[in-house]
Amino acid sequence: MKRVYLDHAAATPVRKEVLEAMLPYFSKIYANPSSVYDLGTNVKRVLEEQREKVAELIGAGKNEIIFTSSGAEANNIAVKGAALANRKKGKHVIVSAIEHHSVLNSARFLERFHGFEVTFLPVDKYGLASVETLERFLTDETVLVSIMHGNNEIGTIQQISELATSCKERGIAFHTDAVATVGSIPVDVKELNVDLLSLSGPALGAPKGTGALYFKKKLRFVPLIHGGIQENGRRGGTENVPGIVGLGKAAELAISELSSKPLYLQGLRERLVSGILEKIPHVVYTGHPEKRLPGHASFCFEAIEGEALLFMLSRDGIYASTGSACASKALKTSPVLVAIGVAPEIAQGSVVFTLSHENNTEEINHVLEKLPVAVEKLRSFSPVWRKKMAA
Amino acid sequence: MRFVENYKADATADLVYRMCPIHLLEPVELMKELKEGQVLEILTDYDGALEDIPAWCEKNGQEFVGIDEDDENEIYKLYVKKLH
Repeated sequence: MKRVYLDHAAATPVRKEVLEAMLPYFSKIYANPSSVYDLGTNVKRVLEEQREKVAELIGAGKNEIIFTSSGAEANNIAVKGAALANRKKGKHVIVSAIEHHSVLNSARFLERFHGFEVTFLPVDKYGLASVETLERFLTDETVLVSIMHGNNEIGTIQQISELATSCKERGIAFHTDAVATVGSIPVDVKELNVDLLSLSGPALGAPKGTGALYFKKKLRFVPLIHGGIQENGRRGGTENVPGIVGLGKAAELAISELSSKPLYLQGLRERLVSGILEKIPHVVYTGHPEKRLPGHASFCFEAIEGEALLFMLSRDGIYASTGSACASKALKTSPVLVAIGVAPEIAQGSVVFTLSHENNTEEINHVLEKLPVAVEKLRSFSPVWRKKMAA
Repeated sequence: MRFVENYKADATADLVYRMCPIHLLEPVELMKELKEGQVLEILTDYDGALEDIPAWCEKNGQEFVGIDEDDENEIYKLYVKKLH
């Protein structure tokens, strides 16, 4: 059976070139980069070359990057580390209501264990945060604002530079979770005007267990993982050299593809979105219609459960998600959909398709052939649908 | 321990929240870029630096100028003059 994988926000295959670049660093070139002899210093040099590539991808300086184990770790360091480093100035942080759990729960950690006050910034029906609303919540005690660049559940891309500039004018540190955008669209830390930015390796075709944090030069943050001199004393633990080499290679590939990839993905997405809205009645297209990730299409199918639809689709070889991979297992109404005002009964029918450069038109046509049938079948069993049709 | 106040330095190594033994590595690199007679300011929150930096100066023939405690920000400012 044909397999159409449209859940690239959850996981991606490691790219062939990335795997090839990594392989020597598992068993042939294995020295510790902190070792003083040549085997170690050679690996250290390779490590620094990867740092330059990741920095180049986002327009940063090479000394403004630390490698992490994931985007989630980068988010944890940014939120906890920057807030704690500024605790003498104030104990108020703002995070948007549609952040990833690694930001939301880091903020809750600060609230519970360190006496911070946390504001969960409301967003509009598209998931956009506004400068006006943000400024209403800023206080003299605010030390950090974290608003994600692209949302993994509804695809909306925020106007980060406007939000960040408003904070910078007040001396407040600004972090953005750019896991969904780096490699998907051009991202430049200077244009965004951010102090901290998180990115993830798997989003670029690097292996799981890789990520990075950008921090503006001179910005202080309290480390999350205490250790020694690794990452210039900012993150302990011997570096994941094979993973970092993979991340560097993936960054290099992303730089070369950024001029063509977004347009290609947008074309596929538009075909998918228009096909679904044309063929299936009572569907809500969530997120912003234009300001969104090029390969992201998210919907709520009325009167059915998203989980049931995923199951039906997987029988046709189609793989998608109901939302973020970690939240969808909890069978809880997505906080992101609640935050943008989607009614809970409609939010139950959430399905998210995230595309990659490996998808093609034929695959989208396959989805457009199978999806309407699956939706119709599920609705034929649905008492909610029957009630709706009778009304 | 020698204490100083509002001391003017020629360069700064900001090591606040960065982990031991980075306070013994990064200043050495920065010192290489200074001229004789110039002073490096080391900012740190690590107590161990109060012993380690003067000891490093003695061992390496550099002058430990003194320390300024920034109580408000809970950090130490240590000053080292390059002699050679």
